[in-house]
Amino acid sequence: MSDHALPGDFSAGTQARDPYRLGQGGRHGVRSATGHGEGGPASKFVTVAYGFWIFLLSDIIIFSAFFAAYAVLAKATAGGPTGKDLFEPTRVAVQTGLLLTSSFTGGLATLATHRRSMAATQAWLLVTGLLGAAFLFLEVQEFAAMIGEQAGPSRSAFLSAFFALVGCHGTHVGLGLLWLGTMMAQLWVKGFRSDILRRLHCFGLFWHALDIIWVAIFTLVYLLGASP
Amino acid sequence: MTMLGKLDSSAIPFDQPIPLVAALGVFLAGVAVLGWITVKGYWPYLWNEWISSVDHKRIGVMYIVLAMLMLLRGFIDAIMMRTQQVLAIHGPGYLPPEHYDQIFSAHGTIMIFFAAMPFMIGLMNFAVPLQLGIRDVAFPTLNSVSFWLTASGALLVNISLVIGEFARTGWLPYAPLSETTYSPGVGVDYYLWSIQISGVGTLLTGVNLVTTILKMRAPGMGYLRMPMFCWTSLASNLLIVAAFPILTATLAMLTLDRYLGFHFFTNEAGGNQMMFVNLIWAWGHPEVYILVLPAFGIFSEVFSTFSSKPLFGYRSMVAATMFICIVSFMVWLHHFFTMGAGADVNAAFGIATSVIAVGTGVKIYNWLFTMYGGRIRFDTPMLWALGFVTTFTVGGMTGVLLAVPPADFVLHNSLFLVAHFHNVIISGVLFGAFAGFTYWFPKAFGFRLHEGWGKAAFWVTLAGYMLVFVPLYIVGLLGMTRRLQHIDMDLWAPWLVVAVFGVLVMIAGAALQIMQLAVSIRHRDKLRDETGDPWDGRSLEWSTSSPPPVFNYARLPYVEDEEPYWRIKQRAREEKRPGAEEGYEPIEMPRNSPTGFVTAFFSTLIGFALIWHIWWLAIVGFIGAYATFVVFAWRDHGDYEIPAEEVARIDDDHKAAQSARLRRWERPA
Repeated sequence: MSDHALPGDFSAGTQARDPYRLGQGGRHGVRSATGHGEGGPASKFVTVAYGFWIFLLSDIIIFSAFFAAYAVLAKATAGGPTGKDLFEPTRVAVQTGLLLTSSFTGGLATLATHRRSMAATQAWLLVTGLLGAAFLFLEVQEFAAMIGEQAGPSRSAFLSAFFALVGCHGTHVGLGLLWLGTMMAQLWVKGFRSDILRRLHCFGLFWHALDIIWVAIFTLVYLLGASP
Repeated sequence: MTMLGKLDSSAIPFDQPIPLVAALGVFLAGVAVLGWITVKGYWPYLWNEWISSVDHKRIGVMYIVLAMLMLLRGFIDAIMMRTQQVLAIHGPGYLPPEHYDQIFSAHGTIMIFFAAMPFMIGLMNFAVPLQLGIRDVAFPTLNSVSFWLTASGALLVNISLVIGEFARTGWLPYAPLSETTYSPGVGVDYYLWSIQISGVGTLLTGVNLVTTILKMRAPGMGYLRMPMFCWTSLASNLLIVAAFPILTATLAMLTLDRYLGFHFFTNEAGGNQMMFVNLIWAWGHPEVYILVLPAFGIFSEVFSTFSSKPLFGYRSMVAATMFICIVSFMVWLHHFFTMGAGADVNAAFGIATSVIAVGTGVKIYNWLFTMYGGRIRFDTPMLWALGFVTTFTVGGMTGVLLAVPPADFVLHNSLFLVAHFHNVIISGVLFGAFAGFTYWFPKAFGFRLHEGWGKAAFWVTLAGYMLVFVPLYIVGLLGMTRRLQHIDMDLWAPWLVVAVFGVLVMIAGAALQIMQLAVSIRHRDKLRDETGDPWDGRSLEWSTSSPPPVFNYARLPYVEDEEPYWRIKQRAREEKRPGAEEGYEPIEMPRNSPTGFVTAFFSTLIGFALIWHIWWLAIVGFIGAYATFVVFAWRDHGDYEIPAEEVARIDDDHKAAQSARLRRWERPA
């Protein structure tokens, strides 16, 4: 692998004789994704990552709709508790720390794949997963406590919007954990195959995107909601 | 009965003969088709060549078959609505209100989500990779998943005909009418889950086609060398990616309200009904352009091909397309000027709405100038395109009229509005679909559709369409509101009778289209297209054989301008040879996969279980869907190789046909 190849693009060794086979390379060894078409179809790595980015953008639009609904309904407490009554800044700070750290360890796992170190990759993925699970545990605990205090999603439109927005993020983290577990098993069985590496790359994009969403939730929901 | 949730024998409408007989008819027809397939032993063929196929051409054809079936279903709903209104002048008619309400809701839902969308997506699936000069879309298996999820949604809507009921809320389930307080039955739940499931399929199609168009063009095909249909497909799929998530989120909110007692759109606890209207139209208006932009692309191809001229103003067409793509997100409020947002807001959205017509106007003039000075051939696709450009302009003008807020206050919710949007959707989307269907049919199947029956179908459909909707404009101006189950105004009666007569003519048009298909299949040997280029086409799809081989192109074409195949043909005539001889290389293609079909099976289970609150079955469905995903991810061989000799053998026939045509051209006239 040359130093100039895209990080994580390990399909070079498997390139067959057909330079134009689906999603592989361009004319006469021009393998870059041109975006202008002169080089022909982009490499599979670029295509997959790009497609996943487009999907993530659409996912972010789902969140935007929930954010918009929250913005509209944030004051519609119907005489019930407000954010100031309910939010616990300490818990949210710990959650934020856990999720951001898990993104960092996820990055370390990616670096370990570049070294082709199975032990390090698996270890960092495991740490990433555990941090994500701890985040999710705190969130479920928070939800359970609120529902226990008669501040569940049916109490007011504000709480409906809160549970839906934060719960949507939590569901994404939960699905991410399921994906992560599946990926770890696949990596273990199949090794550093090019398709596995592409999927790990997509998982990384997904996990970091959830961080970005969380930063927005942290700021717009918890910080603004807990301030007077 | 807890095992089956809310489902029991009362769900089947034994007291209503119409849905029961309809369902029985559909059931018997289905059994007959399945029996015929079994007797003829077609199952292995169907499974290997179609159901598990990941070939974009096959998937495109399956989308169009689904769309045509659903188009007939939606048309039957329309016939029932028109006849009910005529039979219910000073009387009850034959459809009770609770049934009539389901019919107009199902008509809109089916026509938009399961007829127009699959038709357009099917044509894009079929034609875009061919026009881009590549072998398949970016994610072929995902493409199959998309199709089968759409089919799953369509199946759920049709199940509602016989098990339970469909929504009575209109095609967009406005809150709070759609909340459990006012719609306690399963009708809205059928709507929600079928649209969510097919919506995921549509979103994945958007991701797939955007990636394909932006990242996978033939060498040399820069952005400004893409055929116009690829440009409009790009715009349409960008809109899918940007707008469908809003629909998903909005319907998810309504689902949370209905299932878990949330208060997004309820009357109580601070819910906000106007937010539903805003959110749903923030998706709904771009949706209009998701449907019509690909049709604009088809018309561009058709006008250029059948005028034997390059498209006039290619670059302005690209600019107009992207202008519409962006501005379509800035006009949604015109769907509810009467909500009371205030004069300033209404004025801003009214102006934006009028401005978006400028983009379309640019296109209309470009099409007219494309024809100017051309050698026009009046084949069936061209007739549909001409029918479009004349009638669509009228529909567009009434749209600009409705964009003026004070006028909208008068005409809002009237049949004038209904006539307007049918006027643009039928001429724009449906005529576009028919033009694309007849235009690319020879490419897909290797034989043309019969011209005589096709032309008859066009003229009869056009006449019927005018006879239905001109009267509806008039009764709209006479004050008739939409969705009336019975009518007490004598003033409207004659126009409604004319409209019903128009429906009869449209039925004849539909019958002629079916005859066209039947006659063409019967006489396919006479209608055979040997050259792969039956219309003297200009873009790349006509350079390969009809039907194209599984890999589309034996060698990826090198693109030097906007009309690559025209250039290839010119050069062949000048050089008196079909093209430079080059060797072949082995080709890798994706393997077939039942992933899409199996995923859709589990999605249907999940949807049905959630509609009827059968929670255990929903969990089974989710586990099954996850297992399917893991099995697919675990496979070791996603591709197979077609050896170079095999590629050469397949390409030989096509080369021979091309050389024969070249000799015909050289023969002195």
